[in-house]
Amino acid sequence: MTRHYSALSLLREGLKGHTGWAPLWRSPAPKDTYDVVIVGGGGHGLATAYYLAKNHGVTNVAVIEKGWLGGGNTGRNTTVIRSNYFYPESTALYDLSVRLYEGLSRDINYNVMFSQRGMMVLAHSDAEMELAARTVNAMQLGGADAELLDGKEVQKKAPVLNFRDDARYPIHGAIFQGRGGTGRHDAVAWGYARAADRLGVDIIQNCEVTGFLIEGGVCKGVETSQGLIRSGSVGVATAGHSSVLAEMGGYKLPLHSYALQAFVTEAIKPFMDTVAFSPMTGSYFSQSDKGGLVIGGGLDRVPSYGQRGNTPTQETVLAGIIDMAPALAKVKLLRHWAGIVDVSPDSSPLIGPSGTEGIYINCGWGTGGFKAIPAGGYLFAHLLANGAHHDISRPFDPGRFNTGHLIDEAAGSGIAH
Amino acid sequence: MQQFPCPFCGLRDEREFHFAGEAGKTRPDTTKEISDADWTTYLYYCTNAKGPSREIWVHTTCQEYFVMTRDTVSMEVLSTEALNEDAA
Amino acid sequence: MSGMRIKDAGLIDPSKPIKFTFDGKAYSGFKGDTVASALLATGIRVFARSFKYHRPRSVWGAWSDDPNAIVDIALDGISYPNCQATTTALAEGMEVRSINAWPSAERDVKGVLDLAHRFLPAGFYYKMFMWPDWHLFEPMIRKMAGLGTLEKEVSDQFQSAILHEHCDTLIVGGGPAGLTAARVAAEAGKSVTLVDDHAELGGSLFSMAHARGLNASDWVAEQTAAIQSAGGHILTDTTAIGVYDHRMISLVTDRGLGTAPILRKMRADHVIIATGAIDRPVTFVNNDRPGIMSVDAGTEYLARYGVRVGEKIAFLTNRPDVSTNLEQLAAAGASIDIVEAATPHIQAIGTKSITGLVVGGKSISCDTVLASAGQTPLVHLWRHAGGKLAWDEDRQTFIPSAGPDWMRVIGAAAGTFDFDVAVQEATAVALKAPAPPRSIYKVTPLRPDLANKGRQWIDFQHDVTLKDVALAHRENMVSVEHLKRYTTLGMAGDQGKTSNIAGLSAMAELKGQSIPEVGTTTFRPPFVPVPLEAFRGTKRDRQMAPLKRLALEPEHRALDAAMGEYGGWLRPAWYGGDDEKTAVVRECKIAREAAAIMDSSALGAIEVIGPDARDFVNFVYYNTMSNLKPGRIRYGFMLSESGLVFDDGVMACVDDTRFIISCSSSHADAVMAHLEHWRQDSFDPKRVHIHDTTVNWSTVTIAGPKASDIVAELGVLENLRDFPHMSLRFGDFEGEEARVARVSFTGDTSFEISVRNDFAATLWRKTLEIGKKHGAGPVGAEALTVLRAEKGYILVGKDTDGETMPHDLGFGAPRLKKSAAFVGDRSLHSEKANSEARKQLVGLIVKDGEPMLPIGAHIVRNKDGKRRSLGYVTTSHYSPTLGRPIALALVEGGEHAMGEPVDLWHLGQARSAKIAASCAFDPEGARIDA
Repeated sequence: MTRHYSALSLLREGLKGHTGWAPLWRSPAPKDTYDVVIVGGGGHGLATAYYLAKNHGVTNVAVIEKGWLGGGNTGRNTTVIRSNYFYPESTALYDLSVRLYEGLSRDINYNVMFSQRGMMVLAHSDAEMELAARTVNAMQLGGADAELLDGKEVQKKAPVLNFRDDARYPIHGAIFQGRGGTGRHDAVAWGYARAADRLGVDIIQNCEVTGFLIEGGVCKGVETSQGLIRSGSVGVATAGHSSVLAEMGGYKLPLHSYALQAFVTEAIKPFMDTVAFSPMTGSYFSQSDKGGLVIGGGLDRVPSYGQRGNTPTQETVLAGIIDMAPALAKVKLLRHWAGIVDVSPDSSPLIGPSGTEGIYINCGWGTGGFKAIPAGGYLFAHLLANGAHHDISRPFDPGRFNTGHLIDEAAGSGIAH
Repeated sequence: MQQFPCPFCGLRDEREFHFAGEAGKTRPDTTKEISDADWTTYLYYCTNAKGPSREIWVHTTCQEYFVMTRDTVSMEVLSTEALNEDAA
Repeated sequence: MSGMRIKDAGLIDPSKPIKFTFDGKAYSGFKGDTVASALLATGIRVFARSFKYHRPRSVWGAWSDDPNAIVDIALDGISYPNCQATTTALAEGMEVRSINAWPSAERDVKGVLDLAHRFLPAGFYYKMFMWPDWHLFEPMIRKMAGLGTLEKEVSDQFQSAILHEHCDTLIVGGGPAGLTAARVAAEAGKSVTLVDDHAELGGSLFSMAHARGLNASDWVAEQTAAIQSAGGHILTDTTAIGVYDHRMISLVTDRGLGTAPILRKMRADHVIIATGAIDRPVTFVNNDRPGIMSVDAGTEYLARYGVRVGEKIAFLTNRPDVSTNLEQLAAAGASIDIVEAATPHIQAIGTKSITGLVVGGKSISCDTVLASAGQTPLVHLWRHAGGKLAWDEDRQTFIPSAGPDWMRVIGAAAGTFDFDVAVQEATAVALKAPAPPRSIYKVTPLRPDLANKGRQWIDFQHDVTLKDVALAHRENMVSVEHLKRYTTLGMAGDQGKTSNIAGLSAMAELKGQSIPEVGTTTFRPPFVPVPLEAFRGTKRDRQMAPLKRLALEPEHRALDAAMGEYGGWLRPAWYGGDDEKTAVVRECKIAREAAAIMDSSALGAIEVIGPDARDFVNFVYYNTMSNLKPGRIRYGFMLSESGLVFDDGVMACVDDTRFIISCSSSHADAVMAHLEHWRQDSFDPKRVHIHDTTVNWSTVTIAGPKASDIVAELGVLENLRDFPHMSLRFGDFEGEEARVARVSFTGDTSFEISVRNDFAATLWRKTLEIGKKHGAGPVGAEALTVLRAEKGYILVGKDTDGETMPHDLGFGAPRLKKSAAFVGDRSLHSEKANSEARKQLVGLIVKDGEPMLPIGAHIVRNKDGKRRSLGYVTTSHYSPTLGRPIALALVEGGEHAMGEPVDLWHLGQARSAKIAASCAFDPEGARIDA
C-alpha cells in the first residue's frame, strides 16, 4: 500500500488506477484505557494528539469525536492564518502557529495548502492609520512581520477594492502581514489526523462524550456513547461546546457561545491575491484556490448553539463586502453556514487546568481558532504531557481572570478578532 | 431575523435588542471584602447553557431591560418578563 | 442534428425575436426564451467547459438544477459572471461567453487536460506540491480553477431592495400542487402568497398536461384568477432561498440580468412547500456528454420553449411515469428508443455531442439521451426549517418525515408524483387536514455499476467521477461530509442538486450499505446562487453608517469649514478654506490670544433626575460625586465593571435631584446604555430617571483670554461675578433658557453656552459678531485637539487603551479613598491593577529642532539586543503656542520616570525623547480662571 505522498507516488499510483493508496486513518474501536484522552476531533484536538505523540512520545492517546473529524469549526471557518496581533503574548502564540504552519505540509506529509498570500487590515481614516502604525510597530517588536501600506500600495495589491472618491470608508492604507494568508481547513484536520494515526493515536469518530468519570474529585476517564474509557488525563478541545463539557466535568468557564457565519460565492477566475479585512464594516474576504470568495464578518447578535446563521448579520457582512469591493455586488452567494464559537471576556483563548483535577482545557478561541491550530495543539500537548505550561501558553491560563492579566486585543489595537 | 417580545413594546425585530448577560447574577457588596475568585465569578463566569437559558436583554428602542428565557439551540423564545415586577 | 424549434409549441412569443451573441457569433431567440433554450434551438450543444478536465458541457436540466450551462453574459456594457443559462431570461443585445474555455467552448485548448485525468484524482493536490513550497505551485492551480471572469464595472443602478412581508399562508411553488393549495387556502379566507421561480406559473404541468387532456395554460389561468379574486398574492420570478429562525423565509425576486433582485423577508404563519422534484442522473460511462439530459428537461424545453432537444432520442430511466414525456416528444417528431436503465455496462459514444449508446454490448444510435435514475424531491427548505427526511424504498429517494408543525410539504416535493393525488393532498394540506395516502410509485433501484470500465460522472460541473468516490472509500473518507469535501462532490454551483444522491448511492454500493445508512449532507441556503447585492438593501454609501449632523452645519459651511467625521458626527475640522496646517496654526493662535468660538453640540448631554439621582451618579462615577454642590461641576471617569476607563467628562449638579452628565461625543449612546443598565440593575427605576438630551441642545463654547468679555457682552447672564471655573448657571438668550457652564477643554477661561437647537444659529452668529471685535473667531476640531493636547487633557480611546485604569492617568485617589461602592471598584485592586508595570500617561519632549514624534511609535527598552515595547505615542502635534512638538504617550512606569530619556521605534526608525509631565502648557493653571 502506498502511504507516503509525493508527486512520484501520485504518478506511480496514477499508472495503476490509484488502487494502492492506504486509508488516511484507521477506524478503531476504543480501548479500555489510554494515557490521554482528547475530547474533540477538530483541528486543535487532532493537532494535540499529533504533538503528544511526536514531541512527547505519548502515543497511547485517543481522540474522541462526536461526529466526523474536522466537522466543527475546523470545517466551517474562513481559513485565514495570521499573527497580526498587538500584545506580545498574542504575537508569541499566533506567530508560533504561523511558523508551524509554514513547515506543516512537509512535517505531516500532507499538503494543507498554506498560501502565504498576505493579509491586509485596511485603515479608513488618518486616525486609523495612526492605530495601524501602532500595531505594525507592535508586531515588528513582537517578532512578527508587518508593513504599513499606503493607499496606492493597497490598490496595487488588491485593485478590486473600493478606491472611488465617494466610498463610505475610503482606503487610506493597511496593515500588511506578508506571511499571513489562507490554508485549506479540511486538509489541516485530515493531515493531522493521518499523521497522528500513523503514530498510533486512536481516532474514534461518532463517539459522543456523555460524562466524565470522576473519582475522589479527580477525573479518571470519560463516559461515551461507545462505553467507558479510562484515561490518565483528559484534554477538552470542543470550541463552542466547551461550556457543555464544563457542565459535565463540574467546572465553570467564562465563555459565551455565538454563531459565527461564513459565506462562499461561486468560483471566479483569480482576481484577488490577498486577504482583506475592513475594521469599519467588520467584513473580510479572500479568494480560495478554487475561485470562490470566502467571506466572513462579526458574530451573530444572539448567543446561540444553533449551527446556522441569521439574516441581520448576513446583511451587515455582505453589505460591508460590497462597500469594500463594489464589483462583488455581481458575484453570487453559493452557500452560507455558521459555526459555534466560544468567546471569552478578552477574546483570547484559555489553555490550562479546568478546575477539576485531571481535566485540561483548550478553548475560548472565539473567531480565531483555525489559525491557531498548530500552536494550540503544540502547547496543549506540552501541558498534557508535562502537567505544566509552555512559556507561550502560560499567559493564557484561565487564572488570568482572577489576577486581571487579560489579553484584550480588540481594545488594545483596534483589530477585531 | 428573529423576533423577541419586549414586555413593554411587544414583538420586535432582533436588531432592536442587545444581549446583556445571564440572569441571576447579583453584584456583590463591594464595600465589603470580596475575594478575587468571587469577584471574577461575578464578573466573567457563566453557565452558557445549551438549551433553555434565562438571560437579560435590553430593548434598545425603549431602553428597558427584561428577562428572556429562550432555547439557545432551537432559538424558540419561551418567555419574557419585566426586570422589576411592578414596572410593567 | 440536435435541437430545433418546433412551430406553435411552448410559451415563447415568436412575434418578438431577440438578438444575442454567443462566443462572438450572432444568434436570435424569442421573448420567453432562456439563454439555454435559445442556444439549444440554434442547434448549439457545447455551452461551456467543465471545471477540472475541460470536458464539453451542454445542459443537463432546464432550470435551476442544471450544473453545466454556466456562461458569462455582458449586457449594456457590464458583464455578469457565472450566469446559469437555463434560468437567465434572454434579453436583447446579450453577449454570451462560454466559461473556462479558450478560444471557445467548442474548441477549448485546455481540453487536453482530460487526457491527464489519471494523474488528477480527487484531492491530488493534498498529496503533492509540498516541496519546496505550495506557494510556488499555487498560482498555476488557481489559474486553472475558477469559472467566470469578474470585471470591475458595476452600475450604480444595480441596487437591491429588502422588503419585509407577512402572510397567513406562504406557498412555495406554483405547479399543480402549489396552485391548488393557494386557491383552496385563499378561498378559505387566508391571506395567501404564492411564489414561483419561473416567469410562468404551472410548474411541471406544462410537461404533463398534454397527456391528461388538459390545456395547461387554461388550467393555470383558471387557478390564478381564482387565487387573485380570493385576495391571494402571486409573485413570479421569485425563489424561496432559505428558511431562517422564527419562521422567516427569504424570497428573491429576479428582475432580469442587469437589474439587482429584490429580497423579501417573508414571515408566514403557515408554509406549504410545493417545490417539485428533479431527475437525478444515471451513472454510466461518459454520462456527462453533451446531449445527455434529464427526462424532465427534454419535455420542459419542448413545453415551455418550443425546443425539441433532439431528433433521435433514447430514454434511459427507471421512472414508471414517462409515457407523457415520450408522447410529447414523439408528437414533436422525434424518434424514441427506450433503454432498460438497469442494464450493466452502459456507455455513451461521442465527444462534443452524443452519437449513441452502447448498452450491454449493443450499440444504439441516438443524438440525445433523456436520463433519470429516479426523482429527487426538492426538500431544501424543509431541511432549513429543521424537518427530517426518511428514505422511501419504493421511490428510491428521501422524502420529508417529521418536522415543524407550521410547515407542510406537498406534491412531488413530498414524493407525491401523481397529479390527481397531489391535487387532493394540496387541498387537504391547505385546510390543515391530514393528507390522503400516496398512490403506489415504485422504481427499480439503480445502483452505480462499479464494474463498468471507464469514467462515470457523479458531479458534472466539478468533474467528480465514480473513481473519485471509490478513492475516497479506499482512503476511509467515508463519512458523507468527508466524501463531499474530499472529492468536492456537491460543492459546485448547483450545490449537489444533481450529484448528492448519485454520490450517496455510489458510496452505499462501495460500502455495501443502503443509502440511508450512508447518510445525507446538510442543506444550506441559498437554494440558488444569489448576487451579493441582494443582501445589501439600504446599507450602501452614506446610509451604511449614517453620520450625525449638527444643527449648526449650515453655519459652518458658510464659514468655509472643512467638515470631517469625528466619533460618528460630521463636524467642522477647520475654517476658512485654507489647508489644514495653516488653518490649525491660525486657529490655535486665535484661541490662545483672544478666544476660540466652537460648536460643542456633539458632546453628550445626559440628564439624571430623581430622588436617588445623587446616589446613582456617585455609583456610576469613579470620582466621589456625593458631595458635589448645586451649581458646581466636577470632572470624572466612568469605568467598566472590569475597572477600565470607559468615558471621561464633566458632570454638573443642578440641584440634589438633577445632574447633567457631559460625555465624549462618540460615546453618548454607549454611555446612555451603560447608565440605563446600572439604573435598572441596581437602583429603583422609579426614583431615578435618565434622559439623553444631546440632540435637543446646541452648545457654543467660548474659550480664551477674551472669553469673559465676549460672554459678558452676549448678555446671556446678568453678570459673571461669583462664577468660577467648574460651575454652572442658568441665564437666558432671546427669552429662552440658556445653560452656561464654566468648563474648559483648552486650559483657558471657557464658557459653554447651551440653548435649544432652534436658537443655535442666532447664538452662534451673535457670538461670532461680538467675538470678532475681540479678535476671536471660529475654531474647528483639529485645532481643539492641539489645544487640549498642550494641556495634557485626554481623549478616551485615543490616549487610553484596553488596559487603562484611572490611576494610570494621575487620578489615583478615589481608588484608595472612596468608601461608597462604584462601578468597577473591586477590579481596581486586582494583581494587574496593583502591578508596577502599568502604562501611565506622560508627555514626551523631543530635542530642539527635531520633528514631531509619529503617533503609534513605540517606546522601547533594549535588552540583550532585543527591543521590548514599553508603550506608545498616543497623541502628537506641533504646538504653535509653545513653538515645539508635543506628545502624549502611555509608558510603562512612566509616572516614576519624569525627565528620563527614552528610545522610540517607528517602522524601523529609531527616535529619542524625554519623559515629561503630560501638561505642557500653563502647568499652574493660571489661565483657566483668568
